[in-house]
Amino acid sequence: MGSSVKSLKGRQHELSDAFFQLNVLQAPTQHGDQFPAFAGRLQEHGLYPLKPTGTTILQVNMGKMCNQTCKHCHVDAGPDRKEIMTREIMHQCLEALQQSPNITTVDLTGGAPEMNPDFRWFVEELSKLGRQVIVRCNLTIILANKKYHDLPAFFKQHGVHVVSSLPYFQASRTDAQRGDGVFEKSIKALQMLNEVGYGLEGSDLVLDLVYNPSGAFLPSAQASLEAEFKRRLRSGYSIEFHNLFCITNLPVSRFLDYLVQSGNYDTYMEKLVNAFNPVAAAGVMCRNTISVGWDGYLYDCDFNQMLELQVEQSSPRHIRDFNAAVLDRRSIVLNQHCYGCTAGAGSSCGGETVK
Amino acid sequence: MEKTYYNPADLSKFGNISELQPEMGRKFFDYYGEVFKEGALTAREKALIALAVSHAVQCPYCIDAYSTDCLEKGADENQMMEAVHVAAAIKGGAALVHGVQMMNKIKELTM
Repeated sequence: MGSSVKSLKGRQHELSDAFFQLNVLQAPTQHGDQFPAFAGRLQEHGLYPLKPTGTTILQVNMGKMCNQTCKHCHVDAGPDRKEIMTREIMHQCLEALQQSPNITTVDLTGGAPEMNPDFRWFVEELSKLGRQVIVRCNLTIILANKKYHDLPAFFKQHGVHVVSSLPYFQASRTDAQRGDGVFEKSIKALQMLNEVGYGLEGSDLVLDLVYNPSGAFLPSAQASLEAEFKRRLRSGYSIEFHNLFCITNLPVSRFLDYLVQSGNYDTYMEKLVNAFNPVAAAGVMCRNTISVGWDGYLYDCDFNQMLELQVEQSSPRHIRDFNAAVLDRRSIVLNQHCYGCTAGAGSSCGGETVK
Repeated sequence: MEKTYYNPADLSKFGNISELQPEMGRKFFDYYGEVFKEGALTAREKALIALAVSHAVQCPYCIDAYSTDCLEKGADENQMMEAVHVAAAIKGGAALVHGVQMMNKIKELTM
């Protein structure tokens, strides 16, 4: 990619430190006010402590390595990140799944999960277990190297549910967020997925897109934006897809850096706090998901993972000790970034949480 | 802090106008909320109209609010600037069309 952005870690930026990020999230505003504690807001609505509703999704971060360096990336992923999940940890994930029949879905994310050398092996093993596999594919990886060109066929072979980020139906805003040339390559990759049958009406090869606002504003109502995306991608590029998931950018890692650098942090947090919706809070994804880090440690969600907030101490904290029944009794670890998932219609890896 | 008539922080205090006249304030905000609901026009179309009107009435609060609202509702920059041109065309046209009145007056007053 033509992007010149390096990871925060690669730049030895202070915000690459989770502790420093948490300090920013706890700090008073420029006017000296304190944002209300997220836990307190849940308490007002009888949702504290926040408890799981039963784990049905295992989200697996296969590594922080990525061919892109998106400006809003909460993982701080990029070509310079070397953290990668080993096959040993993947074996432990498979063992955990074998003893947890209620977990019906495995959601593979990264970085670019496809860059993990054991990615295909892992998908095959997950298929054998009969679990629905979601791959969070950044699209451009399909074109990044010859060895990835057959990914659409591989996904099809294993009935993988493909979920791909496309911030906008035009190059300007997409490239501004994800790097120069990303839009053009994403369009080509979407066409390749359509060619093998993904995203077509009536097809069970599911292709969903993810919309993140490209700046310090909240996402639109999902249904109306989905209609607009479908209209523009169909008329401009003959692209079909199934659903558009609208996701709110959480003030974590590179998006937090953007908010601070652009002077938007206080107003963005204020917006999230004012848009707190108890109905969205009741449906947050951490209630039915466990997130596994590249090194096997367990988190309530991908964002807690990046802030190094492991599941509470009384729970198994590593995939080798996985026990769904015990984990389902834990209290979910919360912090101020959680306002991002409870604003407006809510936000999760599957889009809005208010249906 | 520099003293100006417009303070961006005042935008979030818009609801406070009800304090001095609760009944009228409530009626206004009920009406306001009703106007911007999805209807015969989509919420995005309404946000673009509001953005254009904000420029026509030159309200900095409204320009801030509806620039954000248009972005949130998925409008692109071209659509937003076209909306501003619509406002400019109507404002410019409104000035120019009075030129007819001027021309009438010129005819009336000159030989």
